[in-house]
Amino acid sequence: MTELKDTLKKLISLPGLSGYEAPARKVIKTAWKPLVDEISVSPMGSLHGLRRGTGPEPRPSILLAAHMDAIGLMITGIQDGLLRFTEVGGVDPRILPGLRVTVHGRRDLPAIVVQPPDYLLDPSQRGKSVAMDHLFIDTGLEEQDVIDLVRIGDLASFAQEPLELSGKTIVGHSLDNRISVAAITYCLQELQHMVHTWDVWAVATVQEEETLGGGFTSPFEINPTVAVAIDVTFAKGPGANDWRTVGLSKGPTLAWGPNAHPYIHKKFLDVAEQLEIPYQKEYVPRHSGTDAYAMQVVAGGFPTMVIGIPLRYMHTPVEMIALKDMERAGRLLAETIVRLEVDFMEKITWDEVKDEE
Amino acid sequence: MKNNEILSQIPEIGEEQIKLLEKLSNAVSVSGDESEVRGIVMEEIKDFADEVRVDALGNILVTRKAKVDDPVRVMIAAHMDEVGFMLVDDEGEGLFKFEIVGGIDNRQLVGKPVLVGKDKLPGVIGAKPIHLTTADERKNPIPLDSLRIDVGPGNSKKCKVGDRATFATRFETWGPSLVGKALDDRLGVATLIELVKHTPENIELLAAFTVQEENGLRGARIAAYSMNPEVAFVLDSTPANDLPVWDDEENGRYNVKLNHGPAIYRLDAATLSDPRLINHLVKVGDEFEIPYQFRQPGKGGTDAGAIHKQRGGIPSVSISVPGRYAHTAVLIARKEDWKNTMRLIYASLCKFSRDLLLADR
Repeated sequence: MTELKDTLKKLISLPGLSGYEAPARKVIKTAWKPLVDEISVSPMGSLHGLRRGTGPEPRPSILLAAHMDAIGLMITGIQDGLLRFTEVGGVDPRILPGLRVTVHGRRDLPAIVVQPPDYLLDPSQRGKSVAMDHLFIDTGLEEQDVIDLVRIGDLASFAQEPLELSGKTIVGHSLDNRISVAAITYCLQELQHMVHTWDVWAVATVQEEETLGGGFTSPFEINPTVAVAIDVTFAKGPGANDWRTVGLSKGPTLAWGPNAHPYIHKKFLDVAEQLEIPYQKEYVPRHSGTDAYAMQVVAGGFPTMVIGIPLRYMHTPVEMIALKDMERAGRLLAETIVRLEVDFMEKITWDEVKDEE
Repeated sequence: MKNNEILSQIPEIGEEQIKLLEKLSNAVSVSGDESEVRGIVMEEIKDFADEVRVDALGNILVTRKAKVDDPVRVMIAAHMDEVGFMLVDDEGEGLFKFEIVGGIDNRQLVGKPVLVGKDKLPGVIGAKPIHLTTADERKNPIPLDSLRIDVGPGNSKKCKVGDRATFATRFETWGPSLVGKALDDRLGVATLIELVKHTPENIELLAAFTVQEENGLRGARIAAYSMNPEVAFVLDSTPANDLPVWDDEENGRYNVKLNHGPAIYRLDAATLSDPRLINHLVKVGDEFEIPYQFRQPGKGGTDAGAIHKQRGGIPSVSISVPGRYAHTAVLIARKEDWKNTMRLIYASLCKFSRDLLLADR
């Protein structure tokens, strides 16, 4: 567990923005390699690890997908030695002023996002939350050095270092969704001493925050029987307390909605109940905002499910998770996988799942 | 003393001084509780001070005697306190409401790591996920009332209402720049420590490391009374607003600029600097070829605002190291500007004599 926590902290200390996931992939590959039989990288850059099951061939397979890309910023211009930028993934401009970032220029440059004084801003911005195109990144370097070192389109990643707070919580950037990568890792570790008939594909997908590019492509190559997206979900916290939020540290969530196959949902639910693994239900009436949305409609379509890990302050540099939720999610995945009989899918009858409850 | 002798004696700003600045910048001393910085200052100056005492508000008042008879008694002030927060309501589960101490724009709070209380417990100021906000909502700043300091569930016992907190920014150097959270005014504090260690022999130095500057210049007011100096210099940091203007017009209201040397004050919201002192600084700057700039007259202020009106009036002037983004999580200043500030104040003290004050203002 300490080892997994260290891997997680390493993962959330790295960039790996959408489309440029290599730094994260390298660490994940090292963590997964001893836990799987085969490992490869897709043309899009997603990491595919295969852990073979014991069932007769052709074996059914379950794909566990967690996106490894992170949100961040991209440089759009240089003005008086300061950088203009835009977002990669969804960034609320209100988190930006004072944000510590690393600009990935010809070399990595420490920098901060800065908000000019109100009187230098467009009158429409004064006293308001200042829109991204009115903010700058300052590297503390002189103008000529900035021009020499930074190019248009260079990335800037959040530089918040991981923090361990009480209640076994971890704070940092890109816990969305590297905490789910950790959950898959935990699952693979559990499976080391368990027997499972199904093949298990551990997949770290790319570009979820921008195009769902990993979710749309990996299932095509792998052609799984079932595909599960593991992603973070909204934990209750300051400013976030409505029906869309769940408790931090109260267990992973089982999604219910159009991106969740009811029969697969029920299977996870039954296992959680049977083993008394704490879980929460999450109601997702439309788009789940996860790779499941893409995976569900790849090729001729796949049965999908979404497992959520509660996370507070999503898409800020100080995202917060409880390690316990990650472990429970990993355990639930492993325990469900070992309970998938070879003919599990053949037994699915739509009539059987009436309604939830 | 000859000019080249003065030049050779100017205290160095080298690795050791930057290390000390780092320690000072990382220390937490929100106005009203300056004890951590006070401890560092005391440790640094104890072997050099002829007299030292801590007064009723927590100012450190240091005397460094001159090596000449009847020296001019010069007060130099730098404030130890910084802007920050106080926890004011415990909502359980590690969530605390907080108030701002000093001037911090609400818009600078969101997404920041903070340090809470004497044990520097890590915490964060988070925000509602963007996914749960509306486009209209995102146009307005998140009000202070909706923000919390979160120290993690179950940690409430390790900190309590009344504790101070501030940004958790750690000091760094980036190329030519010094980067830290409380460089306003730890730059001044670090400069003043060097002056206590290397005092020009012609003056009696009355060094005031003041408290509560960000809370209304309250420490300096009583320090000036107690010290009863003939003249006062204030060392501070002032905003370099030398950024592009939205409509790409020339920025005529930059206050001060980075890389242009120490900023000499003529007028701010609280003080009309003594012209005799301004002229002295200018003369010394020119004579020694030390770059300096005039801070654009305008708002803001320093401890001089309280000092110059103390007793029957104390001739005062302020000198600031320019810094971008003061009163946010990060201030950026240039090493060269700090070095030139040290040069200007040191040479000006060496060149100072009471005669300057005998002329009518």
